[in-house]
Amino acid sequence: MRDGDLVSRGTQAVVLVFLGSAILRASLTDLYLRYVKQGLRPFLVAAGLLLVITALVALAQELRHLNRPEDQPDDDGHGHGGSGPAVGWLLLLPALALLFVVPPALGADTAARAGSALTDDRDAAFPPLPPGDPAELPLLEYGYRAVYDHGRTLQDRRIQLTGFLVPGPDGEPLLARIMLSCCAADGIPVKVGLRGDVPEGPANTWVRSTGRWIPHTAKDPVNDADLPYFQVEAWEKIPAPAEPYE
Amino acid sequence: MAWEVIRLSTTDPAAPARPEPQAPVVPETGPTAAVRERWAGSTEVLCFLLILVGVLHRPIETLVTDPRLQTWLTVFVSVMVQAVPFLVFGVVLSAVIAVFVPRSFWARALPRHPALAVPVAGMAGVVLPGCECGSVPIAGSLIRRGVTPAAALAFLLAAPAINPIVLTATAVAFPRNPEMVAARGGASLLVALLMGWLWLRLGRTDWIRLPHRPHLDGLPRMAAFWTACRHDVIHAGGFLAIGAMAAATINVVVPQQFLHDLAARPVLSILALAALAVLLSICSEADAFVAASLSQFSLTARLAFLVVGPMVDLKLVSMQAGMFGRRFAVRFAPATFALAVLVAAGCGTVIW
Repeated sequence: MRDGDLVSRGTQAVVLVFLGSAILRASLTDLYLRYVKQGLRPFLVAAGLLLVITALVALAQELRHLNRPEDQPDDDGHGHGGSGPAVGWLLLLPALALLFVVPPALGADTAARAGSALTDDRDAAFPPLPPGDPAELPLLEYGYRAVYDHGRTLQDRRIQLTGFLVPGPDGEPLLARIMLSCCAADGIPVKVGLRGDVPEGPANTWVRSTGRWIPHTAKDPVNDADLPYFQVEAWEKIPAPAEPYE
Repeated sequence: MAWEVIRLSTTDPAAPARPEPQAPVVPETGPTAAVRERWAGSTEVLCFLLILVGVLHRPIETLVTDPRLQTWLTVFVSVMVQAVPFLVFGVVLSAVIAVFVPRSFWARALPRHPALAVPVAGMAGVVLPGCECGSVPIAGSLIRRGVTPAAALAFLLAAPAINPIVLTATAVAFPRNPEMVAARGGASLLVALLMGWLWLRLGRTDWIRLPHRPHLDGLPRMAAFWTACRHDVIHAGGFLAIGAMAAATINVVVPQQFLHDLAARPVLSILALAALAVLLSICSEADAFVAASLSQFSLTARLAFLVVGPMVDLKLVSMQAGMFGRRFAVRFAPATFALAVLVAAGCGTVIW
């Protein structure tokens, strides 16, 4: 017998119920947005349901087995009938973490350690800013327009940027946001330097700031990425958005 | 064949009365008692664990306030959340293969000669829209159903890299280098086929040790289907969790500055990004965006990242070791890595 055959069918069923309901709870609320992109939601719900159904069928089999112990439908005659590998215990970790700890979205820790995303010298033409005063822009788009288009489309407009605060290399806070392409494991920060009425607050404070573009850039010491700057005229603290990533 | 199996079933109520049991009834002191004890064992451990978590979850929460530890936990959970749908659908598909597709189908669908079955199976990877977490149980199921291992392994390597979703993601991530899509698809398929043929030459069946799975023959079909699902989710999912922990650790520990210094050296940068692909274990549907963000590296180095990632990474090696046995994984993973780096470097040199 393999050393791994240690988790009984009943226990496996309970592990799967936990995993399935943790996935279901995260995907039916907005919690899943801390970890993955919005598009995965229907697949998460379907996978969670399948896990719970698998567990319920296993529990039904187990109950039937207990009522009629002479039948060993799941056994191959070596005496390790519904048991499975011990490595299955590890599935409890993500399930319990999702149910009880609910880890926060990536924030200042990642933004401080990883280099900014503004490294790609894109020579695309930028359309005029969206209407509205102030014009709302994602940090990445502000960065592209500020650095690679030399602020041409940003001049003479009031702009609104939303992100969280990260202590910068010179001690002044930066405004940052994490970009996901798939899940939080590939999160890359975008950082914008601040001048003027610089917001105050501990790291990870979410801030909505209004201001103007200034023709000043610096380099992110982590990866030499470009760091655009923003002249803040007004700012307010806001609660962390449900969709924390760009 | 299938009817015969069902007739032998001991639980199917429609089956005719069981003939005299072939095996004598097991006495209480036999293996059955051992099963009961173990059952009680793992259930008690589970109850204990859950009560512990229920009582201590406030203290645990405050323990996890260190920002680095929080990042680790977030990355671990998100790798799992991202992978679970692909894992579940891969497992369901492999259970369908195990239970509903007759063995004779594979004999008809694949060319009889193994050397020809390899490219057909490799190309078949095009139709599986998913990432590598789903293809491991499917490849295991194919081998169980009598498909020659070389062909199943070519499928295992090709499917996560050359399916339309992954190639589309690559095209989106490299808008100014559309040749990256062709380079990635071509190099990945080439590596998969070469590994399949290499297995035919050098591989030995006794390296592969598929895990014990409760025997499905003799169960009614739906019971067999759910049993296969449950077993494979627990098994492959457990190894996925090991890989996700390793990937989260690397994500938190490797300093970015170090990567930046490596990028300046051409040969070393190819090896570095290939190694990074192994360590980061990013889903193949996302790795193109990460490769695009590593813009200080050459396109050839990034191609190596894209070719190696879906074939060899920590969670994949962990899952392969679980599915096919350790003796298989210690040979297969390094060989695939070496071949993938060589092919990627060759393709990159020719194109750029």
